[in-house]
Amino acid sequence: MTSARRAPGRIAVHLLLWGYAVVALLPLVVMLLNSLRPTSEIFTAPLGLPTSPTLHSYLRVWTDASFSTYFLNSLIVTGGAVLLGTAVSALAAYPLARHDFFGSRVLGAYFLAGLMLPIRLGLVPIFYLMDSMGLIDSLLGLTLLYAASGVPFCVFVLSAFYRSLPGELDEAARLDGAGEFRIFGQIMLPLVRPALASVMLFQFVPLWHEFLYPLVLLRSDEKFTIPRGLSQFFGEYTTDWSALFAGLVLATAPLFVLFVLATKQIIAGLTAGMSK
Amino acid sequence: MVQARELTVPRRRAVRTGTGRRYVPRWRVLAVFLLPAFLLYSAFIVYPLVSALDYSFFEWRGIRQMGFAGLDNYRDLLSVYPYDQQLWRAFAHNALFFVGTMLIQNTVGLLFALLLFRYGRGKRFLQAAFTTPYLVDPLVVGYLWSLLLNPTFGPINSLLEAVGLDSWALPWLGDTRTALPIVILVNAWQWVGFPMLMFSAALAGIPAEYHEAARVDGASAWQSFRRVTLPLLTPAIGVVSVLTFIGNFNAFGLVYAMAGSTGSPAGSTDVLGLLFYRVAFVEGGVEAIGRSSALAVLMFVFIFGVSLLATSYFRRRERRLV
Repeated sequence: MTSARRAPGRIAVHLLLWGYAVVALLPLVVMLLNSLRPTSEIFTAPLGLPTSPTLHSYLRVWTDASFSTYFLNSLIVTGGAVLLGTAVSALAAYPLARHDFFGSRVLGAYFLAGLMLPIRLGLVPIFYLMDSMGLIDSLLGLTLLYAASGVPFCVFVLSAFYRSLPGELDEAARLDGAGEFRIFGQIMLPLVRPALASVMLFQFVPLWHEFLYPLVLLRSDEKFTIPRGLSQFFGEYTTDWSALFAGLVLATAPLFVLFVLATKQIIAGLTAGMSK
Repeated sequence: MVQARELTVPRRRAVRTGTGRRYVPRWRVLAVFLLPAFLLYSAFIVYPLVSALDYSFFEWRGIRQMGFAGLDNYRDLLSVYPYDQQLWRAFAHNALFFVGTMLIQNTVGLLFALLLFRYGRGKRFLQAAFTTPYLVDPLVVGYLWSLLLNPTFGPINSLLEAVGLDSWALPWLGDTRTALPIVILVNAWQWVGFPMLMFSAALAGIPAEYHEAARVDGASAWQSFRRVTLPLLTPAIGVVSVLTFIGNFNAFGLVYAMAGSTGSPAGSTDVLGLLFYRVAFVEGGVEAIGRSSALAVLMFVFIFGVSLLATSYFRRRERRLV
């Protein structure tokens, strides 16, 4: 009797949840479908499906609107920053976590403070700092800034991982005459590899999306990253909707691919570190 | 070296050599490990942050730093046209943005988490579907919805007309009354998966016996939710509220994509992030550096202060539960 009374409620719950799944996904599906239709078709039938799907818009966006350049720039800046930020943090976190030297705690706290400070607060000084170093409109400048912004988080996570490794590991190596660099490179680094993979991914996503810094620091079209290029492109191609949708798909696709490929690895990496 | 070794306080997990003496690498070795990160972080993060505070207390003529100005830049923000109007308007929009997000996004997120808690087939798919928009760049989300909501060629108004709701086919983003609510809804569309996942995790941690005990005592489903579930969700509600607050008051990319740098139409979607960008780089004039730095400091103090207060408030409530 209870189940009979609850049946309408059950159906309402199903409808609500599956209905919202449509609301969550449909805009992204429309984005993909419209990128495969010519603009004239989008304008005459806003709700239509692609009758003869073409990749023409992608070709136009990739070459004419220089998305290939934006893509490459984003890859250089984000990839370079993630590698640099992780490398310097992996180096710094090792002595901070495993050696007790004069000032080690103060230095640890100094790095941690960065987790709580909004780096946007420093936008204006960063602009003039970059200007004085000749790094305005430079991919190098953006890479250094992005790399620095990842340091607090990386040092925080990697220190925790180094600390979880048993002390006998480096003691034994030290007795055998290994130097600090050898211990770091051949014992410590391989053991924190799962953590390295996840901190790299966690840095990658917000940096790939960063818009305010490129908006302020980049000037010329051939230096733009994807978000900066996208804002330019939306000003120039206002009436070419097919191209606009294709541009949005191209800006979104890399992260979807990355997540589909990496989700399992991230979860494995995180849990491997936690259980030790 | 020796002095340094004597000064350090032994730590629980201090690394020791076989002879029992604590091992500390030579300074030169330590420097190789520490200096790259230290220099990078100090130059590009710490130095600019400290400078922003410093800049805000000086008078500026273009990029020339003049005399010490005390709180003049702060006073100017509150009293000089057009900032005296724009600052409060942007602040009010951020506050509405936050309240709207809490009411819509986080309530719906909680509802979905509750409904999905006992949901059988398709639960994983639904969770994945609800969180997918969260992978998309906020800037892309903003541009996508501005196309979808376009009054002439956008599919949303075409759909409304197709089902006979012609009177609903409005220029949503072009009307000062609807633009901000639409931005709030689009933001909620992107982020609703986040509170849902947080609340799902918290719900999974509540022992089933609590609900059984409540039922045995004759509590209705609503009472069980109000008296058992909701209080036990306090930690999750705290985290979600604080992160929503920080995210909303830092909003930039989504609003920029939907409403440009001026928060169109007629400033009806202007938020503090856009105002800061304009004061610093677009229309700040010769006083730009001082005033924008003052605005950055004000925003930081407000966001950080409120986050701290909210965190300690939720901590106290959690403690009362135990």
